[in-house]
Amino acid sequence: MKYVDYERPTSLKSALDILSEKGDVTKIMAGGTDILVKLRVRSEQPDLLMDSKEIPELNELSFNHDTGLTIGAAVPLYKLYADADVKKYYPALVDSTTIIGGIPIQGRATVGGNLCNSAPSADSIPTLIVLGATASIQSSGKLREVPVSEFCTGPGSNVLKSNEMLVTINVPAPADNSAAHYMRFIPRNEMDIAVVGVGSYVKLNASGDKFESVNVSLASVAPTPLNVTEISKFLSGKDVNDENIEKAGQLAKEASKPISDMRGTAEYRQHLCSVLTKRSINKSIERIKGA
Amino acid sequence: MTNIKEPKKYEVIGTRPLRPDGTDKVTGRAIYGGDFEMTGLIHGKILRSPHPHARIKSINYDKALELEGVIAVVTADDLPVNPDGNISIGYSRGNILAKDKVLYVGHAIAGVAAIDPHIAEEALDLIEVDYELLSAVMNVEEAMDSSSEIIHENSFMKEFGEMTVTNNNIDEHFQHKMGNIDKGFENADLIVEGKYSTVMVHQGYIEPQAATALWRTDGSLTVWNSTQGSFPDRDELSNILDIPISKIKVVPLEIGGGFGGKIPIYQEPVAALLSKKAGNPVKIIMSRKEVFESTGPTPGGYTWVKIGVKNDGKITAMQSELAFEAGAYPGSPVGMGSLCVFAAYKCDNQLVDGYDVIVNKPKTAAYRAPGSPNAAFGTEQVIDEISQKLGIDPIDFRMMNAISEGDRRVDGPKFPVNGLKQVLESMKNSPQYQKKLKGSNKGRGIAVGYWFNVGLQSSCSITVNTDGTVNLIEGSTDIGGSRASIAMQAAETLQIPYDSVNPSIVDTNTVGYTAVTGGSRTTFSTGYAAHLAAEDVRDQMIKRASEMWGVPNDSVVYSKGQFSSDADPELSMSFKELASQLENTGGSIAGKGSINPKKVGGSFAGSICDLEIDPDTGKSTILDFTAIQDAGKAIHPSYVEGQMQGGSAQGIGWALNEEYFYDQNGIMNNSSLLDYRMPTSLDLPDINTIIVEVPDPTHPYGVRGVGEANIVPPIPAIANAMKRASGKRFYNLPMNPPAVISKLNQDL
Repeated sequence: MKYVDYERPTSLKSALDILSEKGDVTKIMAGGTDILVKLRVRSEQPDLLMDSKEIPELNELSFNHDTGLTIGAAVPLYKLYADADVKKYYPALVDSTTIIGGIPIQGRATVGGNLCNSAPSADSIPTLIVLGATASIQSSGKLREVPVSEFCTGPGSNVLKSNEMLVTINVPAPADNSAAHYMRFIPRNEMDIAVVGVGSYVKLNASGDKFESVNVSLASVAPTPLNVTEISKFLSGKDVNDENIEKAGQLAKEASKPISDMRGTAEYRQHLCSVLTKRSINKSIERIKGA
Repeated sequence: MTNIKEPKKYEVIGTRPLRPDGTDKVTGRAIYGGDFEMTGLIHGKILRSPHPHARIKSINYDKALELEGVIAVVTADDLPVNPDGNISIGYSRGNILAKDKVLYVGHAIAGVAAIDPHIAEEALDLIEVDYELLSAVMNVEEAMDSSSEIIHENSFMKEFGEMTVTNNNIDEHFQHKMGNIDKGFENADLIVEGKYSTVMVHQGYIEPQAATALWRTDGSLTVWNSTQGSFPDRDELSNILDIPISKIKVVPLEIGGGFGGKIPIYQEPVAALLSKKAGNPVKIIMSRKEVFESTGPTPGGYTWVKIGVKNDGKITAMQSELAFEAGAYPGSPVGMGSLCVFAAYKCDNQLVDGYDVIVNKPKTAAYRAPGSPNAAFGTEQVIDEISQKLGIDPIDFRMMNAISEGDRRVDGPKFPVNGLKQVLESMKNSPQYQKKLKGSNKGRGIAVGYWFNVGLQSSCSITVNTDGTVNLIEGSTDIGGSRASIAMQAAETLQIPYDSVNPSIVDTNTVGYTAVTGGSRTTFSTGYAAHLAAEDVRDQMIKRASEMWGVPNDSVVYSKGQFSSDADPELSMSFKELASQLENTGGSIAGKGSINPKKVGGSFAGSICDLEIDPDTGKSTILDFTAIQDAGKAIHPSYVEGQMQGGSAQGIGWALNEEYFYDQNGIMNNSSLLDYRMPTSLDLPDINTIIVEVPDPTHPYGVRGVGEANIVPPIPAIANAMKRASGKRFYNLPMNPPAVISKLNQDL
């Protein structure tokens, strides 16, 4: 590990000032569970490490029935999944955040960091995508909103410029007759990276027999988390039945573009896309009916 | 001695006291290899090969030496010269620092010492190595092909004990033969054969290798390290560095797991050479990546098995060919695998061929019953297949063909008294086996396995304290509770409470030669030595009592912790009372015991596994698991159970997910604990244990070492369960979810 300077700004303004000046040689740290490992194996060698945990705006966690959920970029996972509103209205976020790392990692890691790390296998990103979340990105004097589905641009890369930082993630208020769910497949039962991850969001009609809208997003099967719009198009207005869900699984499989690596072969990943998409959609439906 | 009244039953043996090192270990006070500190200590890092096979054309480390904070750099040129071209020393030194060629990714090339580890690491980037790339040979099939690139240009294949003039990648081909194999197969009603392949896996000890070396100006060398054997380390250091053992002291620190992988040394000689140049103590701690890529995993390879059987279930012929990866230098465990492949079965006609094959992977080392799991993955599946085909219960089928005392192993020796049949009987009667397994996609598999107790040298001494306690001085590093199991034997022999024995593990200058903590030998041999030392103390105490009382030595009796004399019923003294009077009656008492036991028995183990396969994802979940093993006499039953559960856990990991995943360039892609996928506690069932006790008559308390045999049967038991759950026979490891899905879809 190379020696690195460390800054811990306590206001958003001073953080943005640092980025304006040295953003190109700075890495922003929230929980540090990815960046510290990268520093240690020297796959990242910034001159400056900027700790974002003391910035008030990045620690916001609030819910409003009209505007939805705001997650500050430095909010650790354990605070998120313990939050009563998150548990009640966004159980899919609990699905995602309780399987990232173990308890010690969850004490530090953040959804914001998971998003900015932009791994194709990130467990929180498919859930954010299917929930229609947006990212609030700030630079000195400029704020912009980017849909999470457009945030990642490749493995480890995203739309953030060197003078920008993620401040909050905003998740829309939940609609009636809707629910989301996230599941991943790992060969073990914990402490692993998704071979395939599937987030699904389902909104049914009032009688619960037709899909109004469905979003499915896949992890670990493409250079970025994949938003499978083909499923949304296909299932809208269709009957809720095994045949249509089976077809959705097939569409997920067809949309996936996995590689073969140590975590699984491409063929196996495609097979899992179908299996997990069906299971996840069914779980979302169960959540709606159980509510 | 005939005047010793042995206690009717054991007072200490068979109880479950706390281990003496427990509190320090759970509170973090214990000093492990990486914790060692000393004034002037500097830090070393090792430059390693990024290529699986390449010629080193030049190494230039001038720029590294110029970096501020760097103190010394060493390469193979700093190792002693080998003018006689001794191949064995050449291999030993070659694996410490590569000389002309690198033979695997992770092969050490140079060591750097600096004032802190970060600077040392940065300096590695400044060392320029010019390579000529050679094609890599990555598995036994490829390596045994005569057209493959030759890894050791100057070595020749040994065949049937003779050196040949063949220069290939097979270091040795040997054969064991018994009876007439052709006739055996002719007499068979049913013949089943199959080729079963395994892949390289690692022991996965939690503590990475860590060592500090100080080469003093007087030429003496002290090494503080995490090791399974300080004395063998001393021998190896002497060999590699060409200095006499009298100049070397190895101080073993606490060890965080080894499983065989901490028998060889790796960075110790590099730290020593750096210390010699720098004048400071040099500490080197491996990263996990280095542990995977640069230490000694256990090999992949294949075990082909062919077995003939009569319709009534009697085995008539057994044949096997085993080819294991040695890694970059000779010495795979194929020799041991070939002795274990049919160890459990009585058969007059056997033929076993073994091949030790060089490949461009790290040199393999011991891993818990080395070679036996690879062999059993073949044998125990073929046996299962036969029992299914004959419609005989798999435990009954094994019982019908189980070896007995006096039956011969394929290489000749007769089996001593052993517990195989008792293990099989316990398996049959176990609560798990008695319970029916119901439901689709579920299956039950069983298997048995064998491993030796290796014996070897151990020494102990015991000194008596005036308060009636004793200090037990031993040389066996404690990995799995051996402080307790050895102290318990000393306490039993001395007829004093377990708490009155204070064990210390000392350095190579302070106790007699003690071989590795490995080979299922420590509780056996070091326990035996402690027993002998305790007898020596007891006899000296008897002599002291007789002198104090002025009665004949042979009139003094020691029973239940009391000395008394047949000469006068009034005379009686406890161990503690006598201990308090030693100073004024001739001085303190110290006993000693040394042993190198021969013809030591081994241990059989069995596994029963119930599992369920998710047919959509291919994931197997173990529903229930029982480990059964012959412990001879369980000194500390909790630690025996711990060994059985630990071996089972490692077997489960090996069966289902663990593997060295290599890409096409010979680079391991999963050299982290994240992607290597050892099982976590959530991946393991509660592992039931049944201890069988068939005492080994060569040990005073009947001990059989239990550290290893328990890893052998879980792998084939899982494969057999998967066969019964899915209808598919698995010929390759790991049996991970993608492999299961591809197998399930084979006939679709």
